[in-house]
Amino acid sequence: MTDGPTPVLAAELIRWSWVGRHLDDIRDNLVQHVELTGLALLFGLLLAFPLALAAVQWPRLYGPILGFTGVLFTIPSLALFILLIPFTGLQIQTALIGLTIYTLLILVRNIVEGLRGVDNDVREAAEAMGFTRARQLFQVELPLALPVIIAGVRIATVTTIGLVTVTALIGWGGLGQLFIEGFTLNFSTPIIIGIVLSALLAFTADLLLVGLQNRLTPWARSSGR
Amino acid sequence: MTVINEVFTWLTDPAQWSGPDGIPVRTLQHLYYSLLATAIAAAIALPIGVFIGHTGRGALFAVNLTNLGRAIPSLGIIILMFTLVGFGIVPVLVALIALAVPPIVTNSYIGIRSVDRDVREAAEGMGMRGRQVLWQVELPVAMPLIMAGIRTSAVQVVATATLAAFVGLGGLGRYLIDGLSQRDLAQVVGGAILVAVLSLLTELVLGRVQALVVSPGVAGRAADAAVRAKVEKAA
Amino acid sequence: MISFESVTKRFPDGTTAVDNLDLEVPEGDLTVLVGPSGCGKTTTLRMINRMIEATSGTIVVNGKDVATVDPPELRRGIGYVIQQIGLFPHRTIGENIATVPELTGWDKQRTRARVDELLELVGLPAEVRDRYPHQLSGGQRQRVGVARALAVDPPIMLMDEPFGAVDPIVRSRLQDEFLRLQQEVRKTIVFVTHDIDEAIKMGDRIAIFRQGGHLEQYAPPDELLAEPANDFVADFLGAERGLKRLALVPVSAVKAEPGPVVSPDDDGRRAVDEAETYGSDWVVVVDGDRRLLGWAYAAEAAERGRVGDAEILPFQLQVRADDSLRAALNAMVQSRTGVAVRVSDGDRYEGIVTLELLSKEIS
Repeated sequence: MTDGPTPVLAAELIRWSWVGRHLDDIRDNLVQHVELTGLALLFGLLLAFPLALAAVQWPRLYGPILGFTGVLFTIPSLALFILLIPFTGLQIQTALIGLTIYTLLILVRNIVEGLRGVDNDVREAAEAMGFTRARQLFQVELPLALPVIIAGVRIATVTTIGLVTVTALIGWGGLGQLFIEGFTLNFSTPIIIGIVLSALLAFTADLLLVGLQNRLTPWARSSGR
Repeated sequence: MTVINEVFTWLTDPAQWSGPDGIPVRTLQHLYYSLLATAIAAAIALPIGVFIGHTGRGALFAVNLTNLGRAIPSLGIIILMFTLVGFGIVPVLVALIALAVPPIVTNSYIGIRSVDRDVREAAEGMGMRGRQVLWQVELPVAMPLIMAGIRTSAVQVVATATLAAFVGLGGLGRYLIDGLSQRDLAQVVGGAILVAVLSLLTELVLGRVQALVVSPGVAGRAADAAVRAKVEKAA
Repeated sequence: MISFESVTKRFPDGTTAVDNLDLEVPEGDLTVLVGPSGCGKTTTLRMINRMIEATSGTIVVNGKDVATVDPPELRRGIGYVIQQIGLFPHRTIGENIATVPELTGWDKQRTRARVDELLELVGLPAEVRDRYPHQLSGGQRQRVGVARALAVDPPIMLMDEPFGAVDPIVRSRLQDEFLRLQQEVRKTIVFVTHDIDEAIKMGDRIAIFRQGGHLEQYAPPDELLAEPANDFVADFLGAERGLKRLALVPVSAVKAEPGPVVSPDDDGRRAVDEAETYGSDWVVVVDGDRRLLGWAYAAEAAERGRVGDAEILPFQLQVRADDSLRAALNAMVQSRTGVAVRVSDGDRYEGIVTLELLSKEIS
């Protein structure tokens, strides 16, 4: 893997015939990519909520949680995946656990920030009107925190779609496998297809989420960011 | 746990700290790729972000660039460039620069935009020309956000520079790749720890730089919740 | 001197902000532009230093058509104070004030001296110079804004609701201090406000605008209050126009009546005579040095025999020659006598101001 083979220049960046022949594989990769992303987001969300609620309820926890997640983020994704191998083997769990951890990091921060960002006046009014803690959370605070939370989900989604490709190095990877294939064959076509598709996937997901955000929060239509 | 023992042994083994395969050399290589990429990215991204912020044209692009930038798989870029260009630092640089540019553009844009309208109005009203307003007023006030963008990029670049090893270069990523193929867990963990430490150090050092570069009048205000929220969103 | 000649400003969306304005701002005067929201007063102001460009017409400042002068150059010679001030957060107060001097190339020493001078002028302690804006209160920041605008001693100042962002007490104080300042420096000032009371207080001349950018009336405050040009102006001036006018006229403008005056040693019957001649049931009591002691009922004095033996009630409020007639009216309604008593600085009795005298003065 050290001295590279002779470089292939732009003469034939995309060999469409190859694409045509491998449509099934590409589709499978895409599906796997979407699955991994979806599952990671789901688990991440499920785990992030209780953590975030805890951090909001007991503010003293927030600092440590933020610090810890911040540190985890600096560990290169590749390392994290590799580190999990001895514990969970080369199963799909390894990739999933790693991806979930990263999603978790992003989501916890955003959920907490979103909840904290709710106007104190609104909170007080709700309390004074007789809302119980639980109803207040679900009927008042969460809806208002939604824009920030969904912003976090957007970031997490796009980041995860990118990270999934890295899991190719430990045997999974969805569209990332196209990179490996291109690398081993010294062939640019699969690589480019992989990049383009994963970028498109991310872009589409982002748009869908923006649409979702607009539907769920009609009162905050204009800015969003 | 024996893993921890192994890692500890590996890290404290003097052999690791000397020679062309040693930690110091690899760290320097890692820093070299990271620094170069971040510097070039900043040189490209800062003018763009500042220009868009100052003139207001292309705002939509600037604001969404970061999120779209995240969608570009660094590994893919590295491999593609490697396939097209061959061995060398170019593939890695291209990927890392592509990674670093978006947060700097977005943050610089938001930074300039977040300068109070009244401050800008007063500056123009006093007779400052456009360029003077930019250099003497907008940039200093936007500094915290601009630095936040650079810090975010730098930390991400340091973490991602591990991929350089995948295409045969040096850097701390070598420990990960070699460790993976040699099934040497201690090496992998050791390498990961080193990269994490380097990332944190980068964050800290740039934090200090920020403290030096940002005017106390602005830093005092930067504790303002609104500014913080913008930084969170852009990061 | 600033003059507007047929100046119109029309925005791209079709709204006319300023409609064919002809206006002359005399040198050394404080001219107030006032009116409801959307009347174009701020737009008019900002056309003077070309922060907004006129659609048509000419604006002449000190003999030069502003359209022919390079805007930054133009602005360095005009002080500009806006409501939110816009202090540079990244610079110290001293550096903020030094902005235009630096832009125009003053040397460091001269600038330093000027900054110190200005801080004193606007009533700020010297140590403020090294602080940052976020460390100052709203009122202090407003003063810095004025100091900054005065830095190169420009002959013209443009002020857009400069005291709007602080509470009424601070605002009143700032207005008084600024008026005092203007007495000293006599700059040509164009001042925008939506508050008619502030306009009357501050202005040598007032220009009232109506929505759509029409100038309705341009006159000194007294004339404005006495003779509003039309219903709109009368409405804008408010129903208590008469009272507002009173606020502008000093007590000295009215010749106080001598009134029924006695001293404590006088006989009670003297009191009754004085009261009858004057036409009241009470008398003013002064001592040998003609210092005001109060007032008493004439009948009571007659009963007791000596004026001094009757109950001498104090006048709750007294007015001086430079107080306004409004203060006199205020004093009048708070006294059972129904008049206001005027005294000198040494509390010496000078006379009586009555409602009749007041009405005669302003009608």
